[in-house]
Amino acid sequence: MSTSPSPADPRQPPPSAGPATDRLAVVAAGGQVEPEVHERVRQTPAVLEIDRFNLWYGTKQALHSITMPIPHGKVTALIGPSGCGKSTLLRSVNRLNDLVPSVRITGEMRLNGDPIYDQRMDVIELRKRMGMVFQRPNPFPMSIYENVVYALRIDGESRRPVLDEVCERSLRGAALWDEVKDRLSESALGLSGGQQQRLCIARAIAAEPEVLLLDEPCSALDPIATGKVEELIQELRGLYSVLIVTHNMQQASRSSDYTAFMYLGRLIEYGPTTDIFTKPVLRETEAYVTGRFG
Amino acid sequence: MTRHIDRQIGNLKEKIRRVGTVVEEAISKSISAVINRDVQLAQRVLASDDAIDRMEVEVEEECLKILALYQPVAADLRFVVAVLKINNDLERMGDLAKNIAKRVAQLEGAGPVDLPPEIRTMAMQAEEMVRECLAAVIDADPVLARRIREQDDVVDQARQKVRKRILAGIKEHPENVEVLLRINSITKHIERIADMATNVAEDVIYMVEGDIVRHRPEE
Repeated sequence: MSTSPSPADPRQPPPSAGPATDRLAVVAAGGQVEPEVHERVRQTPAVLEIDRFNLWYGTKQALHSITMPIPHGKVTALIGPSGCGKSTLLRSVNRLNDLVPSVRITGEMRLNGDPIYDQRMDVIELRKRMGMVFQRPNPFPMSIYENVVYALRIDGESRRPVLDEVCERSLRGAALWDEVKDRLSESALGLSGGQQQRLCIARAIAAEPEVLLLDEPCSALDPIATGKVEELIQELRGLYSVLIVTHNMQQASRSSDYTAFMYLGRLIEYGPTTDIFTKPVLRETEAYVTGRFG
Repeated sequence: MTRHIDRQIGNLKEKIRRVGTVVEEAISKSISAVINRDVQLAQRVLASDDAIDRMEVEVEEECLKILALYQPVAADLRFVVAVLKINNDLERMGDLAKNIAKRVAQLEGAGPVDLPPEIRTMAMQAEEMVRECLAAVIDADPVLARRIREQDDVVDQARQKVRKRILAGIKEHPENVEVLLRINSITKHIERIADMATNVAEDVIYMVEGDIVRHRPEE
């Protein structure tokens, strides 16, 4: 690129927003910024409401007053640089952080109106209402069939026709049925990485969860397997409410309906994915999605 | 942080600037050729069209390459998409300049029909719009772009006046009908050039602000 001074950068965002990293500098200095939540997010019915949620690991605050509705039946992506709190937020939703000593929280989260952090909330019951899939596929060392129906088994379901039906429906739902229907009794550990991950999604949806939580579900997969999981996420849209954490910006833009950009434990901008990736309101979001920082 | 894509975008900006410069020159020469009935100048405009076509293809290939290899988003995406459209509009402006130049040769040998005085006003205004729309692209200036949208009305009004004059001329001197129709066609091309400059200005607004203002009345 020419080094001669050009009158203005043709890609600069609206002049009203100030330097691209103003808000981020404020956040980095420990200050508060008002998140930019687009009107269309507020208007969509929420399956999950996160309400002024704070979380500390010991004395270090990892989440700062996060308030965001997670739309019902849509795919919502959490993006942001490492350490921005997106995984912490995801793990707070099904109270996985309860397992971490020294974690302290304030604020509320509600799943279809039920307070998640209420003392009367049964955590096992809560996790049945939310399926979770992790970075690395974690099939249980048992057959494909038993993996899928595991949740039903521990609930005491033993009627074979019921289990068969759920197994097929879930595997079809996870776009895996055609590949494994002839070897359901074989060990799940013999599947490829991508198949294992789709098996984990099948296992998660077998319990018919209200929300599906995906924590970087493709980061350990090759591009072909990633493509299949992303296609699957597209198909789950409308059927399930999905909350996905991803490092991969293109994955967020391809697979989600809404995108939330987080930075150092704070929500910065949250809106329809098309807006976030074509005309974000904030320069800070623009700088992150175009790869100028982070 | 300097990104890989910045170099590509810088190159693209330089390329579209060059297309703009060549097109602007073609328009300016073609108008000057009409006003001065300068057939030689018109010939030079006709000769420059191939170069414009080649440059247009080059810019388009560059845009496609950036889209395929870098998958730009947000401001980067808007810039590449805007350039793709502006490039197309500039090439069409070049074609209009070529059409005007062709008419100049056809006017030669025709009787001494005076050009309606509004053509000069119209042409100056259109040229100004072309110059300004290119400046708006290079400077990413939405304020200037909005001003260009307003100027388009001035050109349209002048065009109406010219049209009336030509109709009156035909009634008065039916023997001049052929040359008057040619002059009418020239004014139509000038008007189209101003329209294209307005399109470019609207693409600049999209490029900077992300809003598609086309088909919307000026605020």
